[in-house]
This record gives sequence, structure tokens and C-alpha cells, in this order.
Amino acid sequence: MFSFGKSDQRWIFWLLLALLLLLPFLTDALLGRGWVRIVDFAMLYIMLALGLNIVVGYAGLLDLGYIAFFAVGAYCYALTGSPHLTQAFPVAFPDGVHLTFWIVLPLAALIAGGFGVLLGAPTLRLRGDYLAIVTLGFGEIIRIFLNNLNAPINLTNGPQGISRIDPVRIADVSLSVTQHIFGVEFPSVHLYFYLFLVFTALVVFVSHRLERSRIGRAWMAIREDEIAASAMGINTRNLKLLAFAMGATFGGASGALFAGFQGFVSPESFSLMESIMVLCMVVLGGMGNIAGVILGGVLLALLPEVLRHSVVPLQQALFGKTIVDPESLRMLLFGGALIVMMLYRPAGLLPSRLRRRELRGDEAAAEESVYDVTH
Amino acid sequence: MKQPPKKAYTMSHTEDVLLQASRISKKFGGLSALNDVSLHIRRGEIYGLIGPNGAGKTTLFNVITGLYQPSAGGFRFNGAHYQSGKPHLLAQAGIARTFQNIRLFSNLTALENVMIGRHVRTRAGVFGALLRDSSTRDEERAITARAHELLQYVGIEKSVQILAKHLSYGEQRRLEIARALATDPLLLALDEPAAGMNAIETESLKMLLQTIRGNGTTVLLIEHDVKLIMGLCDRVAVLDYGKKIAEGLPEHVRNDPTVIAAYLGGGDD
Repeated sequence: MFSFGKSDQRWIFWLLLALLLLLPFLTDALLGRGWVRIVDFAMLYIMLALGLNIVVGYAGLLDLGYIAFFAVGAYCYALTGSPHLTQAFPVAFPDGVHLTFWIVLPLAALIAGGFGVLLGAPTLRLRGDYLAIVTLGFGEIIRIFLNNLNAPINLTNGPQGISRIDPVRIADVSLSVTQHIFGVEFPSVHLYFYLFLVFTALVVFVSHRLERSRIGRAWMAIREDEIAASAMGINTRNLKLLAFAMGATFGGASGALFAGFQGFVSPESFSLMESIMVLCMVVLGGMGNIAGVILGGVLLALLPEVLRHSVVPLQQALFGKTIVDPESLRMLLFGGALIVMMLYRPAGLLPSRLRRRELRGDEAAAEESVYDVTH
Repeated sequence: MKQPPKKAYTMSHTEDVLLQASRISKKFGGLSALNDVSLHIRRGEIYGLIGPNGAGKTTLFNVITGLYQPSAGGFRFNGAHYQSGKPHLLAQAGIARTFQNIRLFSNLTALENVMIGRHVRTRAGVFGALLRDSSTRDEERAITARAHELLQYVGIEKSVQILAKHLSYGEQRRLEIARALATDPLLLALDEPAAGMNAIETESLKMLLQTIRGNGTTVLLIEHDVKLIMGLCDRVAVLDYGKKIAEGLPEHVRNDPTVIAAYLGGGDD
């Protein structure tokens, strides 16, 4: 990609953008509407993976409970955009709470960010395995709380989850019903796709800017050697908290989008397996590299669906019955893929910038760094 | 405002002493690594700290750079008192260090390593990074320019884009010095910078340290190689078993019988 000139790069950018804008229509035409929904979920996973990439890829803090922030964001949206709170507070909220999307989304992101600091503060001295275990515990605590906070006051409605969540409405346009714009029909899943596309682009932008900044460098210094980083004057406590908060903010925002899209949240969407899934997207794609993380997100979000739609018909055709169910095959393939990856491409499918730079030699890299400074 | 006054000692400070350590003790469990050590380092000098293995040199170093909290005692640096500094605050105050077993940011390039050294003297935050406004861009440009300058200063400008872990041993030592200098230190503290170097590399390191001092930075040097210390340092302190057993001009210290005994392993046992 880097052998292209600047104008070529611009062309590729526009081509990619056009492709992305047409993606829901193409998917709809080629694979059916169900797949557009799957693509929407893939976008949510990409946002999550990019958020986790800040914590794990940049700052080097292994977080196994990341899905908790997604849960916090989703429940924030669910509570402030559904009739649910009527049950607990009939007097205060006779009709539930129905805040608009533009208030709920920042609120969810902010609260999730707060939870990020809450998790970060007690774990500042921990690294590696120990941090992983504490964050894993944190993720489970959040899930168990959500599961049990239906008594004494019914806050989360327990394992049944919260339903009848308001769909996302932007400027009085509800994204849950088909809209006609200039005579073109935009079904709900298409509308959500564009919403998610905008937010994913925003997350990519923020990640990219942070990566090449004073803050990003400080995070990487902490990742490489915390003691040396502090000896260089980096306030490791604040920067680690910032990494946790930033990552959690992204997680919370995507959680809110998820709740609005799905219309229903329940604790079982936020299991440990989901945390591991998101972490695998980051690791598989290429820790610390935005393009790699996106690739990892796309692959791992689509893989189970591809299997679901191919394994059963294939077995039916071959054996006349289903021998291996797609869910267990998914885990088998998944584990196998991870082992192969760690053996042959330990840095991920698309390794981060620095490792690539090494392979390309110094001159091209020097040019790139000049480019970075002037742009 | 965050720029430390370089060579300020010639202008505003009448105080001649940059670092005054008073009665520092450090215990690890039952082991007393430092016992009542006092010393002072004057502005503009190269101060050597020598002693046999396990004498407590690095422990003292770690106390002064904020990595360890002393069990007793404290120190004054540039007019402010510190009892248990935090490493980043001491870096802010103007103490920069290198490590005995090199601790570079190995998966980052030489340039980025030095750029990180500028962190403490720059201020762009999250919003600066996101908006990339003109002051942030100027700052980034200044950071990059200064980093290139420092790599040239220590003589490894050819390795700008090489990952730190792939530099040669001597280059890694130099990169650590460049990274430390990037924090604009008043005191540059080097922990055995010549360890593992051959005679030629040691000689060029010596020249580099003299240049650094010539440019107004005070140097604290821990060294095993007594020859390097003798040719370079203005004053020397000798530690043995956590105690300061001698201090003074290199020639005097070299002929001190207690020092000779400590080094030859004689003494009272």
C-alpha cells in the first residue's frame, strides 16, 4: 500500500469510501437483509476492538474484562431510553425515562469512562497476568451485578434484561423504520449501518491522532518499560488511568449504540467470552495497529456467521444430517487459528507500523516520518 | 515556563551545591544497603561514585532518582527538599538517569525513544492530540527537531529509524544518554555507562561526557572502572558495604588506604 504515490492513495481512499457507502445495498442484494444486520454487528465489534486497542495495544495493559464497559454503556442507554424505570420509581418516572440520543450517548460514554477509572485506580501497580486476572474479575462483577440488581429495587430487571428500548432517533428520524430519501429506500439496518460507520470513522480518527501524539508516545513508553517511562518524567499513574478511561469511553459509546440498535439488553450479552472475543480481534489483527485491529474485528465478527450459514447446509448435503454443530466448530476453528497465528505471525495479521517500517528499510521510513511531522 | 533554566547556576543561583544528600539510609528487610550516607554534588562538576560490587551505589542512585524511598534521611536538589520523590517528579525537577542494565523502549525507534524524553518538557494533552492545533503541531515539530539534534549530539544520527533493540550495545548506551538529555536535566545520572564497552568505546564515551559537562550539565557517574573515573571526575566518593568510606579528589581517594583495602578485599575479616 505504501508503494503508491500520494494521488494514488487519494484514489484508494475515495474508492474505499464509495464501497463502504454502498456496502449495505451490495450486501442486501447479494446476500440478503440478514447479512446487513451481521455487518452492523461487525461495525460494533470494530469499535469495541479499537477501544480495547488503546488499553492493550498502546498502553500495554492486558484487560480481560473490557466487555463490562460495553455493558455499562448499553445499560445506560437502556435505562434512560425505555419505560423500564417506571417499575422501580413509578412516581418519579411515570412513563420511564426517554432522553434523546445525543444526551444518552455522551452520558453512556462518560459513565463508562468513569468505570474505566474505577477499574484502573486499584490496578495501577499491576501488570501482565495479575492485571488480566483483576480485570477479568471486574468484568464478571459487572455482569453479575446486572444479573442481580432486580432486587430490592428493580434496576436492571435481572436475567430477563431490559426490553422496549427506544430506537436511535436523529433529528426526529427514527432509525428503526424504513426511510425514503430521494426516492431511495433505506431499511432500518441500512440506517444503523451509516450511523455505525460515522462512529467507527470517529473512533479510527481519534485512535490515529492519539497514536501519533505526545500522549500516544507516553503510552507506548509505559508499554515498553514502565520504570524507564517514569524515570523519563512520565506520570505513569495518570496516563494509565487515561488509557483505561479512553478505552472504556469507546466501549461505553458502542454499548449505547448496541442497545439502541438491538432494542433489548440482557446480561448474557456481556459474558467473559465476549471480552475474550474482542481481545482476540486486537491480537489477531495486530496489536497497536488500527488497520490490523479493524481486519481482526471484521474477520472474527463474520466468521461465526459464515460458519452458521455454510456448515449446516454443507453437512446436510454431504451426510444428510448435521454431525458437528456450527457453534462448537467455531470454537475449534477459532482456537486453531489462534495457535497458528501465534506460531507464524505472532505480531498479528497486520503488524504495527514499526515492525513494517523495519522491513521496508530506512529511507522510506525517514520519508514517512517527515510526512508525519508536516501533516 | 516548563523549560528548566539551562546554565541557570551561572545567573540566578548563588547556591553552589546542586544536590545535597543528607544521612540517607536504606534497608531491605534486615539488609542495610545504605547506612547514613551524606554527600553533595556541586553544579557543573562530574561526580564519581565508586565502590566494589554490592556497595550500595545503585541503591543510592535509585533513592536520588525517586525509584526507592529511603528508610531515613533525604536530599535537597536545586533548592527543594525531597524525602521520597516520585521518579517523574524528579525528572521534572531536572534529574535524568540511565540504567545499569539498559532500559530503552525496545520496540520503538531511536528517534521515538528520544522524543519520549521530551515528554516532561512539553504539554500537549488529549485535546491537542485530537485537534492538532497549530501550537500542538509546532510542539511536535520542535520535539522531532530536538530529538534529531540530540541523536546527532551523542553520535548515532545514522540510526534514527532503527528500533532500539536492534542497535549495537554501544549505540544503546548512547541512546539512553540522548533520551536522558532530552529531559533537559540539570543533573545527568549515569549508572555504569561504560559497562561492557571496549577501550575505544569507553574513550569516546569519556569525550561525550566531557562535552556534556562542558555544555553546563552536572554529571553523576557510577562506575566500576576506576580508570575511567580517575581520568574524568572532579570529585569521587567511595561506598563500601553501604557506607561512604572516602570522598575527595580522585588522586587522594586512590591513595586512601581504606579504599585500597575495600577494593583489594582485605579489611577486617
